[in-house]
Amino acid sequence: MSGVSVTKGAEDAGPATGDLVVLSNVNKHFGALHVLQDIDLTIARGEVVVVIGPSGSGKSTLCRTINRLETIDSGSITIDGKPLPQEGKELARLRADVGMVFQSFNLFAHKTVLENVMLGQVKVRKADKKAAEQKARTLLDRVGVGTQADKYPAQLSGGQQQRVAIARALAMDPKVMLFDEPTSALDPEMINEVLEVMQQLARDGMTMVVVTHEMGFARSAANRVVFMADGRIVEEATPDQFFSSPRSDRAKDFLSKILHH
Amino acid sequence: MNVLLDYFPEFRDGFIGTVSITAVSTAIALVLGVVIAGFRVSPVPPLRWFGTAWVTLLRNTPLTLLFLVTTFVVPEILFPGMSAFVLGSLALGFYTSSFVCEAVRSGINTVPLGQAEAARSLGMTFSQTLRLIVLPQATRTVLPPMSSILIALTKNSAIAGAFSVTELFGWQKLLSEEGYDIVPIFLWVSLAYLAVTFTISGIFRILERRLEVAR
Ligand SMILES: Nc1ncnc2c1ncn2[C@@H]1O[C@H](COP(=O)(O)OP(=O)(O)OP(=O)(O)O)[C@@H](O)[C@H]1O
Ligand SMILES: [Mg+2]
Repeated sequence: MSGVSVTKGAEDAGPATGDLVVLSNVNKHFGALHVLQDIDLTIARGEVVVVIGPSGSGKSTLCRTINRLETIDSGSITIDGKPLPQEGKELARLRADVGMVFQSFNLFAHKTVLENVMLGQVKVRKADKKAAEQKARTLLDRVGVGTQADKYPAQLSGGQQQRVAIARALAMDPKVMLFDEPTSALDPEMINEVLEVMQQLARDGMTMVVVTHEMGFARSAANRVVFMADGRIVEEATPDQFFSSPRSDRAKDFLSKILHH
Repeated sequence: MNVLLDYFPEFRDGFIGTVSITAVSTAIALVLGVVIAGFRVSPVPPLRWFGTAWVTLLRNTPLTLLFLVTTFVVPEILFPGMSAFVLGSLALGFYTSSFVCEAVRSGINTVPLGQAEAARSLGMTFSQTLRLIVLPQATRTVLPPMSSILIALTKNSAIAGAFSVTELFGWQKLLSEEGYDIVPIFLWVSLAYLAVTFTISGIFRILERRLEVAR
């Protein structure tokens, strides 16, 4: 792993140098419910994919299978050519390369903001404390919460907490970042500050899978929109194509609903 | 002629005995209890089964029976020549560990699942997640029941007296057999137990207050 690589890969900012995440024929059930049905999805290095769809369509589940927070019943998932291993040390190592940002932030409540961003580096990457702190402070500055470093998460606004969560994930130098509705628990005035951080990340060439209903973000940052309904990928298109002329009836129906409120 | 003064060395030995067996079994109970609680929430099924079996077995066995088994059966087949003190501490520590385990487990369940998920998605192993993220946050809820469990342990240590461990309650037996009036004897014994249990609840009160200011 590189040291303090805060502005990642300026030299190869564009997408496409090989496939980073490949899901093929993935199926998953929750009891009788078939949440993921024959999912095939390939995410190229540097690509930003927005996953959109009605509630309960399986977007979160899809996102969580990629770092195996949810197991799958059949099919395969590979990250950077390596299939996801069983629970254990090897899986832990692989998860360190996959950053995850949750809807409810999930910052460690008993640790300060700074400690939140240092912990993974020190305990998982075995980084030196000094270096970890320096990198944590740089990342916190980068997401605009550098002055909050010594506070506890509960003392921060939702938007600040989510930006800390992004910094915490970035501190691991992940190959890909997963976002599960990162702005839907936020008050409207805080949504933009988080989206801006994500947009910058996309511009820096990070590979991202983002579950969101923020169409502004999808239009400006996504390379591709994946529309899910009832556990299936119904439609894949560029943002412009998808939002201006969706092909499937499900997507048309869905878009008319989210556009009208 | 004061019972306490006449038999002070025996009283002192008894008190030290009670404090020692309490301290040693507490250590055993805490370590085992936390480890077994980890087993019970572990992703590895055999560990979970073991944890469940441990708790079910020890929590539902009368303590006296457990003392009988450790004092008379264990030395016969496993560790001949082990002292009554060690055997007694093991019996009491194992027994109490099942209660500690359940208190810790209920504390673990109060920590939001998202905390562990965030830790795992950073690449922490199960034991790192438990040690660094979940247990520290469970501590606050675990302290009050833990205090009661350890006070119960202190009082349960009296049973060890019946199995030739020198402790306070044994002193009472010795003196009443010698024909002393049991009222003052009981008074002194209860005061000594109170000293131990008050110390325990005092320590826990300090710990609880510490944790409150720490956040
Ligand atoms: N742990 C679980 N056990 C049982 N059913 C679950 C579980 N998690 C999710 N589900 C169900 O699976 C379906 C898909 O859930 P998922 O959270 O992936 O949907 P989603 O597309 O993210 O929805 P939302 O937009 O509401 O977040 C839902 O019907 C949900 O009730
Ligand atoms: Mg969801």
